[in-house]
Amino acid sequence: MSIKLNRRKFLAGSAAVASAAAFPMPSIAQSAPVKIGLLTVKTGPLASGGLQMEQGIVTFLKQKNYTLAGRKVDFISADTGGNPAGAKTKAQELVELNKVDFILGPLAAFELLAITDYIAQAKTPLLSLAAAEDMTQRKPNPYFLRASACSAQAMYPMADYATKVLGYKTAVTISEDFAFGYEQQGGFQRVFEDNGGKVLAKLWPPLVTADYTPYLAQIPQCDVVCQGFAGSNPVRFMKQYSDAGLKYPVCGGETAGDDALLKSFGDEANGMYNSCPYTVDLDTPINKRFIADFQKMADNLPGFYAAGLYVNGQVVDAALEKTGGKTSDKTAMMAALRSVSLTNTPRGPIKFDHFGNVIGTFYVRQIVKENGKLNNRTVKTYPGVSQFWTYDEKWFLDQPVYSRDYPPLKS
Amino acid sequence: MSLWLLLAINSVTLGGLLFLLSAGFSLIFGLMRIPNLTHGSLFMLGAYFGASFVLWFHLDFWLAALLSALLVAAFGAAIEFLLLRRLAGSTLAQVLVTLGISFMVADFCLMVWTGDPISVATPAGLRGTAPFLGLVFPIYRLAVILIAAIIAALLWFLIDNTRLGAMIRAGVDDPQMARVVGIRVSRLFTLVFALGAGLAGFAGMIGSPILSVYPGLDADMLPLALVVVILGGTGSLLGSLLGSFIIGFLYNFGQALVPELAYFVLFLPMVLVLTLRPQGLFGRHAP
Repeated sequence: MSIKLNRRKFLAGSAAVASAAAFPMPSIAQSAPVKIGLLTVKTGPLASGGLQMEQGIVTFLKQKNYTLAGRKVDFISADTGGNPAGAKTKAQELVELNKVDFILGPLAAFELLAITDYIAQAKTPLLSLAAAEDMTQRKPNPYFLRASACSAQAMYPMADYATKVLGYKTAVTISEDFAFGYEQQGGFQRVFEDNGGKVLAKLWPPLVTADYTPYLAQIPQCDVVCQGFAGSNPVRFMKQYSDAGLKYPVCGGETAGDDALLKSFGDEANGMYNSCPYTVDLDTPINKRFIADFQKMADNLPGFYAAGLYVNGQVVDAALEKTGGKTSDKTAMMAALRSVSLTNTPRGPIKFDHFGNVIGTFYVRQIVKENGKLNNRTVKTYPGVSQFWTYDEKWFLDQPVYSRDYPPLKS
Repeated sequence: MSLWLLLAINSVTLGGLLFLLSAGFSLIFGLMRIPNLTHGSLFMLGAYFGASFVLWFHLDFWLAALLSALLVAAFGAAIEFLLLRRLAGSTLAQVLVTLGISFMVADFCLMVWTGDPISVATPAGLRGTAPFLGLVFPIYRLAVILIAAIIAALLWFLIDNTRLGAMIRAGVDDPQMARVVGIRVSRLFTLVFALGAGLAGFAGMIGSPILSVYPGLDADMLPLALVVVILGGTGSLLGSLLGSFIIGFLYNFGQALVPELAYFVLFLPMVLVLTLRPQGLFGRHAP
């Protein structure tokens, strides 16, 4: 392997010498840099996740010395501002002006939905964290790949753990009033109820809610409250939850107890369960190295946004190795991307299903206070979780996508 | 029963916070006719400054709140003195400048404090809940009500019983005439702007144990201040006070009783007031 790399480097080097000597040679495709564009959010309320995304991929590229499959990497980062119009503009810029070979990102589902048609038309492989279910289910995009998780994917293990291990029978869900919230809680409800539990109420505060107390006041007696908040909202929610004197245990998904939020949480988050496709306490050499290198750049732990982008980098790297560094044939590139199967990533082994969604390990964790600091400690590992959980794919796709009213509450 | 009580206390708390935020907004608008769109940013800036004093310099919560109020007041005075003064009379330019500053403040905060939310610990002694007659009262929220009441009383005294207050009232009622009788209206402008900014900054810090501090806090608070002022009427403290409590109650009970129509309930009174009584419930003149 290393010999091959060296030979390619040698060829690239001699090509450079040759052109320097003014030989009229056409540029050699394989020696040109491979261009990776990142759609992220560096301004506005979504910026904390967006910055983590950039730091995650830069950590990976630095470790690889900005060289993948023998080709130099040209990395271009674009700030969408966290809105659909910005995402569209920047995606066009990356494709038409910068002529990137891959786009990583964007962060939010509404950004993704704004560019999905354009990406399919431009035939540029897109590796996103945005969780919208139907992107890999009922309305798949052949140029799309998701190595993180779809909205409900982390909630399946959470609901399973809540019913089977913790023995909870009744739950109340609370999430922002938008698609990511509906899809997370739909998934939680389906598994929670199929395991014999019952969801008593589903509450939907608007995305921008300064004070959750009016919603907290509506929570009936239950065994567990499942919160699906994202961004900075989980911090505020937990604080107000404890201020209101509520004592029911809390569980949540990947955004609710993200490692990147640990330094922001107060003691009220102590004891909260959450399920995530990545965990900082996974004790593997690659994860330890990822965290150490990440912290050279950022004053925080890497959360799942950072880890997601790091893994995206690994997927691109593995696919490029398969094609021998070629990116020109987009169909072959996509086939290579989707057939990537990695055992050694910071989140454990991953592979992709035929829709391009990840099948990978999920971690149910509990936040515990140790030596005055909050930490996520894994309490159960669920390997090989698919976006369909244990359900039959055909049956699953025949059901409507999770929404505000689906699945309905049982009376 | 405890649900209603919790909601009621919460409504008054939110009303108190909104009063601190909107009193300055209302005075600035009443006196200078400037719809100050940086007001939400001043709130956020106060929260960030205060949180930093507590987290980085380990200052006492109340000292941090006062310091951040002073800092934000100074910032407000600078905005008025350096920018808005040059645009006197040109409302559109003022709107655009204050909007522009609010974006700049948001980016500045993101740069300095990154996007990670900061949770400010409730001051010691006010944590937890107080059981009373079998009901549970969050202590800090009660304290916020008390603080808002004290500030309201102080403002009242300032406006109604001092020379400065008389000048402000004169300026609100008829700026030209005030100038004619020898009031230095431009200095008054700077002072009122600083006062309003300081109040907003103070409110930000006082609100931070409840709301936490995060990018986007400015945009969350500004519409609420706008609704309060439109409802209560500009340039009127009583209007701000009543408007704040009306909004506090509508916000809390609206979300609890008809969550689907929460925003409808919140903004309906604004629409009604704008159509039926454009000067607001207690306003002195139409905006």
